[in-house]
Amino acid sequence: MAKNETAPIVLEAKGITKKFPGVLANDNVNFDLRKGEIHALLGENGAGKSTLMNILYGLYHPESGEVVVDGNRMQLNSSRDAIKHGIGMVHQHFMLIPVFTVTENIMLGEETSHRAAPNENPLVRLDRKEVAQRVRDLSHQYGLEVDPEAIVGDLPVGLQQRVEIVKALYRKANILILDEPTAVLTPQEAEDLFRIMHDLTAKGVSIIFITHKLKEVLAVADRITVMRAGRVVGTTVPKETNEQKLAAMMVGREVILTVQKGPAKPAEEVLRVENLHVKDVRGLEAVRGVSFSVQAGEVLGIAGVQGNGQTELAEALTGLRHIESGRFMLSGKDLTNKPPRVITETGLAHIPEDRQRHGLVLSYSVADNMVLCDYYQPRFSKGIVIQQNQVDENAQKLIKEFDVRTPSAFVNAGKLSGGNQQKVIVARELSRPVKLVIASQPTRGLDVGSIEYIHKEIIAMRDRGVAVLLVSAELDEIMSLSDRIAVMYRGQIVETVDHKDATREQLGLLMAGVHAAA
Amino acid sequence: MQSEKKSGLSLKTLFRSALDAMLIPFLAILTAVVLGGIIIAIVRGNPFLAYYGLIDGSFGSAKALSETAVWATPYIFGGLAVALAFKGGLFNIGAEGQLALGATVSALIGYALPGWLGVEIPTIIHLPLAIIVGMAAGAIWAAIVGFLKAYTGGHEVINTIMMNYIALNTISFLLNGPMKDPDPNNVIARTPLIADGARIPTIFEGLRVHWGFIFALLVAYLVWWVLNKTTLGFEIRTVGMNPDAAKYAGINVKRTIILTMALSGMLAGLAGTIEVTGLNYRHELGFSIGYGFDAIAIALLGKSHPLGVVLAAILFAAMRNGATRMQFLTQMPVDLISMLQALILLFVAADAIIRYIYRIKAQGERVVLTRGWGG
Repeated sequence: MAKNETAPIVLEAKGITKKFPGVLANDNVNFDLRKGEIHALLGENGAGKSTLMNILYGLYHPESGEVVVDGNRMQLNSSRDAIKHGIGMVHQHFMLIPVFTVTENIMLGEETSHRAAPNENPLVRLDRKEVAQRVRDLSHQYGLEVDPEAIVGDLPVGLQQRVEIVKALYRKANILILDEPTAVLTPQEAEDLFRIMHDLTAKGVSIIFITHKLKEVLAVADRITVMRAGRVVGTTVPKETNEQKLAAMMVGREVILTVQKGPAKPAEEVLRVENLHVKDVRGLEAVRGVSFSVQAGEVLGIAGVQGNGQTELAEALTGLRHIESGRFMLSGKDLTNKPPRVITETGLAHIPEDRQRHGLVLSYSVADNMVLCDYYQPRFSKGIVIQQNQVDENAQKLIKEFDVRTPSAFVNAGKLSGGNQQKVIVARELSRPVKLVIASQPTRGLDVGSIEYIHKEIIAMRDRGVAVLLVSAELDEIMSLSDRIAVMYRGQIVETVDHKDATREQLGLLMAGVHAAA
Repeated sequence: MQSEKKSGLSLKTLFRSALDAMLIPFLAILTAVVLGGIIIAIVRGNPFLAYYGLIDGSFGSAKALSETAVWATPYIFGGLAVALAFKGGLFNIGAEGQLALGATVSALIGYALPGWLGVEIPTIIHLPLAIIVGMAAGAIWAAIVGFLKAYTGGHEVINTIMMNYIALNTISFLLNGPMKDPDPNNVIARTPLIADGARIPTIFEGLRVHWGFIFALLVAYLVWWVLNKTTLGFEIRTVGMNPDAAKYAGINVKRTIILTMALSGMLAGLAGTIEVTGLNYRHELGFSIGYGFDAIAIALLGKSHPLGVVLAAILFAAMRNGATRMQFLTQMPVDLISMLQALILLFVAADAIIRYIYRIKAQGERVVLTRGWGG
């Protein structure tokens, strides 16, 4: 599948250096993109991928270096300049307005208006029809089927992403930057996207594909450039590399990609969930009659595409969300709709999905964050007076034990990297005497090294006889950690399978709502 | 290695963070003073003489110092009230009403209680009682808003403003009617004088400064201690910084919001109470107008830190107090002081201007003034 190596270079970054206070985000980075190729940019969080892309998209200005588009040196001062030069970007978080139609979203910022009479103010009328027709034409031309009249909020995530791509093409982009495009997709949707990417390149569009998923890179990229700590480590082609080699390039050392674990030794039942019904923020039923149980010494993985009720399920079991009906028990104690503190004290450790929103107070020190849930316990407080010495000692101990990389225990948690922030949470939650761990997306957005560490800790908890409920949208994570896998689709568990019998394809189909029996 | 390094490091970081926190307010004041000076010069005044008058009038003599402390006392309590609410993520615009309510209620206890009981009450009982009841009035008034916020999502900014109207108009009715001083010569909407037993003694013979000022300093320390050293303070700050994390951590967020408002209202009530028992010995309609709003300014200038609040309160007090001397010396109108205060606040609130002028890099977190509507 290697593309013509003599194809002209359409976009080139030469010697880009970009400094932020205290960080060299890009250090003499060179990167080029040929016409009609998919060039993957691989790297951990903080490797400098986003910085480089923001420079190419005109959002940042580099201290030195230059950007060359179609052989001309360019001064990109804003995203408007980038768009003018045919560069389009699809952000990880879509920049769409949910209540607008597809057409309205696409014309946003590029409104075409027409005058009914020559002296009429041109701002008065938006020409939706004409734009809708162009959207239809583009859809056909590139195989991106999408209904121009649909309200964006009603579309599934995969289609919303298509709208973003059409939006870029509508602005005559021939260079597309896709930032972590598969993070929100089912495996099948991701396959669809890859097909679209190939169709686009066949029609002369060039694509920069940013990701940290090794499998995808090997499957779709023509060339792969790996970044680490602000520098380009190397560029290679899929034929000459493999997952192990890429991971080592990303991290800078050999990484164990597969989780080492022995067989589970399930013991007594710890968590029992019976016919649970939970509503989401909008008041719609998100969990619709879920029942399962987790035993001591096993990991139950909840797989599913984001937005199928897993978040609400985890929140309900941790006391953060009201349970409409049904009940759940921890060690035989009914904890339905009990406050979080009661559940925590019964023996729950919770690694929350959104670590910055729920798991940490970013402006608090690492030490204070490490006692966030038990500051009031006699260990840390005499009466109402907090014993700061004990809090600090606890922090020193946990920092060492869990290898948290921080200048000191007194640094604000917000100053740590994502991986170390997560380690602070993991240290706090797993150092308490608990019976059940609920880990929601425990490695989302983390670097390979931290992922490896957190996976090891989760398995260690299991082996100590703790029940683990793992909720993750990363199929690889579910498959490598879980002993049993329950797949959630539209608020229900469609099937529970043993990890030994599970295959990616089968789980992918279940996640998309296609039942095995059907 | 760590334990040795730890204490040194924490002291150093503590010192640095205090310095960082004070830098912007200090530069804001400096810039406002320079700008104010330019404006004085433009209207053909002598800025040096004006500022000399301001300083001389506020710190130049024992009497000047005493009067500055007298002005500072309600400012400290009020500033602490608003600052404590800020720490809890709440914007208490209702200090004005809570303060007036505290003043009215403690005046009532001060003048009417002996009559109701038919006995003279000793100071040791009467004064604390007047203060406590005044504090309670402010606390309850603010707690209502806290309750509405916690259980209905009603925003405290709107509700404290509404509660101000209710409080101030009710007080106006009381002072013009049932609580009006019955002396046939009295035409002013004010209460009778409170009994001697309900009065805070002055510190020095012949000067108006009273023990309420010292009490204010003690309360400032107490607020700092509660906020930073106790589980309650940890809960208030956590709810203020990140209510989602607070809920996750098992903190009763609703209860904490109500408690924070109650404590804030209690401090505002204290501001009114101490003015009645320590200075005026009665409550008069309109005497406290603006204190609650100045309190917001003081809390902002003091960056919601109790020590910062004390310093900001003294600064505002000095400016108010020295204004007369300034006017006497330069014929500059007293309103100039309001303009100076406005400039200082403008620069503190829009600190980007100050950072730009003095090329200071932005530091991490910002003060959370208020959260989204209905949040």
